[in-house]
Amino acid sequence: MRGLIALIRRDLALALRQGGDAAIAVLFFVLAAMLFAFGIGPEPGELSRVASGIIWVTALLAALLGLDRLFQADWEDGTLDILALSPIPLEMVVLAKAAAHWLLAGLPLLLATPLVGLLLHLDTASLPALIAAMALGTPSLSLIGTVGAALTLGARRGGVLVSLLVLPLEIPVLIFGTAAVSAILSDRAAATPFLLLGAILAGALALGPWAAAAALRQALE
Amino acid sequence: MGFSFHYFANPARFMRASGKVLPWLTALTALCLGVGLVGGLVLAPPDYQQGDTVRIMFIHVPSAWVGMMGYTMLAAASASALIWRHPLAEVAAEAAAPLGAGFTLVCLVTGSLWGAPMWGTWWVWDARLTSVLILFFLYLGYMALAGAFDDAARGRRAASILALVGFVNVPIIHYSVVWWNTLHQPASVMRLGGPSIDPSILWPLLVMALGFTLLFLTLWVVRMRTALIRRKIEALELAAADAAGAGHYRPVTAP
Repeated sequence: MRGLIALIRRDLALALRQGGDAAIAVLFFVLAAMLFAFGIGPEPGELSRVASGIIWVTALLAALLGLDRLFQADWEDGTLDILALSPIPLEMVVLAKAAAHWLLAGLPLLLATPLVGLLLHLDTASLPALIAAMALGTPSLSLIGTVGAALTLGARRGGVLVSLLVLPLEIPVLIFGTAAVSAILSDRAAATPFLLLGAILAGALALGPWAAAAALRQALE
Repeated sequence: MGFSFHYFANPARFMRASGKVLPWLTALTALCLGVGLVGGLVLAPPDYQQGDTVRIMFIHVPSAWVGMMGYTMLAAASASALIWRHPLAEVAAEAAAPLGAGFTLVCLVTGSLWGAPMWGTWWVWDARLTSVLILFFLYLGYMALAGAFDDAARGRRAASILALVGFVNVPIIHYSVVWWNTLHQPASVMRLGGPSIDPSILWPLLVMALGFTLLFLTLWVVRMRTALIRRKIEALELAAADAAGAGHYRPVTAP
């Protein structure tokens, strides 16, 4: 556990001192959401109807941005070999990486969501539901993304490939994430999509680090 | 147990055994597909509501089954490649992926052709259709990942892990029509309480399903044999280049 926290702190310190990664993800999030306002047209009624879906899709894409570099630097300078030899299980290392990725690329998106919601005329009644759904869904995106990042480590065109692998697996998060918001708005059984998002997170938390660690071991062989 | 898959995990033994089985397998496939096509397209009565359009089912349903079975085979072969490091299991997994993707594509296209007259639309975002589309993308992701590394062996191993991760989708496809009430009809053959399809339509469907399964197996064996032979050619060319001392290795171009 101490190793886990130390690894997360190391990743955060590295990212914050270099600057950029978190800021770029948020900037992409806001800019891509803005594109929809131009693409669909500035009519407020139309925008507010699709706003939560746009926010989910752009957040999902923004969370993909840093993935190809998640293990790259550690792999190139040999840190990953040291980590694999250390007494911390590789699964725990992966979990730390996923947690750091969420803190850098997931949490800032949550914080920027009210602003983007404002730009897209999101119904204020649905904002708490959207943020709650994203708080439950984005950690799954980080965990699934870690598996993709570990699998494509050292591949040609890794950046494009990782999105190709990860996007189909992330579709369920998007489906239930948007369903959670529309369920709140229409007073339907709102608990179901939240429970399913929680189930996906529990599954990703149990299986993701295991699969990603297996992939890292292949890369280090 | 006397019979063991580990025994056949030796490529040389596999080549010998599969060479003997292949003609019989091919003949059986042709027989099943022939009988099934005549049964489905000629003998089976048209549906009282859908007319002759229902005959799309004899292609659509078997290809959906085989598309899912193919992924199950891919995952099983990948698992045994990772666990036992059988050289043959990786060849099997890599050979199965394009086949499964092909059958899944046939399923999607025929389903779309069937949906246009019956549902009035080419495509709906229904749970069954979406999960089969995800299956298709998982196949494509497997193939892209397997070919993305300079070291081909590493690519095959990474793709094997991806195949296992993607396997969560297979039960979701099967139960999607049970869990969500959707436009796609619920399971009507493999269900508790027996099939709900009339025998006059059911028997050609089952023969076609068997025929498609055999077709998959036949093509799978052919692809595996081709892959093994190609590996052997590459090894021989490498050895020849080494012996010549030229130091220049020209890769074999794909036929």
